[in-house]
Amino acid sequence: MKPFTKLDGLVAPLDRANVDTDAIIPKQFLKSIKRSGFGPNAFDEWRYLDVGQPGQDNSKRPLNPDFVLNQQRYQGAQVLLTRDNFGCGSSREHAPWALEDYGFRVLIGPSFADIFFNNSFKNGLLPIRLDVAEVDELFRQCEATEGYRLIVDLAAQTITRPDGKAIGFDIDPFRKECLLNGWDDIGLTLRHADKIRDFEQKRRAQHPYYYA
Amino acid sequence: MAAQTLYEKLWSSHVVHEEADGTALIYIDRHLVHEVTSPQAFEGLKLAGRKPWRISSIVATADHNTPTDHWERGILDPVSRQQVETLDANIREVGSLAYFPFRDERQGIVHVIGPENGATLPGMTVVCGDSHTSTHGAFGCLAHGIGTSEVEHVMATQCLLQKKSKTLLIRVDGQLGKGVTAKDVVLAIIGRIGTAGGTGYAMEFGGSAIRALSMEGRMTICNMAIEAGARAGMVGVDETTIDYLKDRPFSPTGEAWGQAVAYWRTLKSDEGAQFDKLIELKAEDILPQVTWGTSPEMVTTVEGRVPDPAAVADPVRREGVERALKYMGLEPNTPITDIEVDQVFIGSCTNSRIEDLREAAAVAKGRQKAANVRRVLVVPGSGLVKRQAEEEGLHEIFVAAGFEWREPGCSMCLAMNADRLEPGERCASTSNRNFEGRQGAGGRTHLVSPAMAAAAAVTGHFTDVRQLA
Ligand code: SF4
Repeated sequence: MKPFTKLDGLVAPLDRANVDTDAIIPKQFLKSIKRSGFGPNAFDEWRYLDVGQPGQDNSKRPLNPDFVLNQQRYQGAQVLLTRDNFGCGSSREHAPWALEDYGFRVLIGPSFADIFFNNSFKNGLLPIRLDVAEVDELFRQCEATEGYRLIVDLAAQTITRPDGKAIGFDIDPFRKECLLNGWDDIGLTLRHADKIRDFEQKRRAQHPYYYA
Repeated sequence: MAAQTLYEKLWSSHVVHEEADGTALIYIDRHLVHEVTSPQAFEGLKLAGRKPWRISSIVATADHNTPTDHWERGILDPVSRQQVETLDANIREVGSLAYFPFRDERQGIVHVIGPENGATLPGMTVVCGDSHTSTHGAFGCLAHGIGTSEVEHVMATQCLLQKKSKTLLIRVDGQLGKGVTAKDVVLAIIGRIGTAGGTGYAMEFGGSAIRALSMEGRMTICNMAIEAGARAGMVGVDETTIDYLKDRPFSPTGEAWGQAVAYWRTLKSDEGAQFDKLIELKAEDILPQVTWGTSPEMVTTVEGRVPDPAAVADPVRREGVERALKYMGLEPNTPITDIEVDQVFIGSCTNSRIEDLREAAAVAKGRQKAANVRRVLVVPGSGLVKRQAEEEGLHEIFVAAGFEWREPGCSMCLAMNADRLEPGERCASTSNRNFEGRQGAGGRTHLVSPAMAAAAAVTGHFTDVRQLA
């Protein structure tokens, strides 16, 4: 996994609650057996005027001028501002893959759906929960200022606004460590292989019917 | 010992290791695998030179991409076919306890085949790269959906990294009215607490109305726990659970059965156990439900009307309602029963089990698909459900009513195969998600129970099933 330490990135606002994973990456693109290449189809149904199909040349498709991420001022954004319950719906990891492939590294919102939240960390994507009032203010500032950027410092757990105000955020210490170092969960877990084996042996003895 | 909730019992019996911040390694008993979320995990495993930890924990099937008609033709869409064949090849190479490939007589939706084969047993931790894994919690399991990285993690280590959730008890007491089903109960719950109401919680369903439900009904409710934001839903074990599991293919037998049942009977929340949050509903207050918007929380009763955004005070919510009505092509204040449908879908891991099909057939019997309804799809959840329904003659009722009787699979729940809505088409659907484009780009989905779906099919618009005696 790509480590995440510090980012000074352009911000884009997606002012909707309950953005679901079907919207982030529609199902026809789930037929791919790869992990990469989903970026051009992130938010496909909102982003383009036609219906997208896998394997298409996306550069030739008509863009929806009303979709916020299509505005010139947000091109190259690495930070996405969102509303409540972002990433609800299916467990498809294709959603964080698509966001990451699009270029986002940080998501900021009042709340995220559990599975999506979890999947993001596995892909070097940092979801940050802030109070609704803080998020409101970020939306306000971002929409009012072209080229609005935020500095996200994971080690210090701060988001610094252009006006100099630093906002602190919470993150599980374990997740933070993994993200800062770009550690692979599986490698970490396998350090406990003996413990897993012991646990399994005891469980097998106590509940043999789970091992038929 | 202090009184414990079911979740605490399941959690503590699976902790292998705990980090200082509470992140724990949880041992996984059952790993269900399907074609969409597994290829990248198998590939990752191979690239890292790792082997699966315990092959006998894996039960796999192909369901999302498979067609529901003309099986003799195979899978026509080459991209879908490649994904299904990739699963075939991966399972062939790696191994599994059981694999029900495309066209196998026991193939079906992953959340239908696990329980009906006894591969989901009380006390297990069950995971699958699919959010509706919460379904299996109906058996007193700790079951949740995981992403593809976690699928790979479970294959390689037999564990999942997790933090303990808070606990939420949803109590539904009393007796459900005639024509009111488990689907209506869970939609009413989501309408009450919202789609993020359960975020961060493990949700247990209890109370006399839940106890009175069959396993099929409990699965319907746990299935949609994720639609209320909860990664896991569960119901404590009782005699209904145990009776259901007796003599299933992977259920224990002989002495092991007795031993298992003795343990399973302990898998319920103790008297006086403390939950972090409690929500109570009266069964008598629940009426047949119909969603009107693009999120399962946008729901009302069949006696209700489409809401008026002008009456919504919160600006973010008002905009959400306006956007939903625009997408759904609905005018504020329209009575729900005035809404006409173009298609009806009876199926999905929420409502494709034998009891669901019986409920739909009871309404369809002796009636005809309304002329304005273009198509009614009835898609059984598995090959075994299909066989059972045919033994009971349900398929004849459907066919006589002008419904299409299909082969098992996910079908128009997410429209990855050829079954889908055309842009602008409106559907009464027994599935679990009414998101924009879920059943086909531009399609409009209203979530209902199987009986309500059948009622819409024969009348051409939403109809209170209680009036179709
Ligand atoms: S039936 Fe629908 S919700 Fe269930 S597993 Fe299939 S696609 Fe997912």
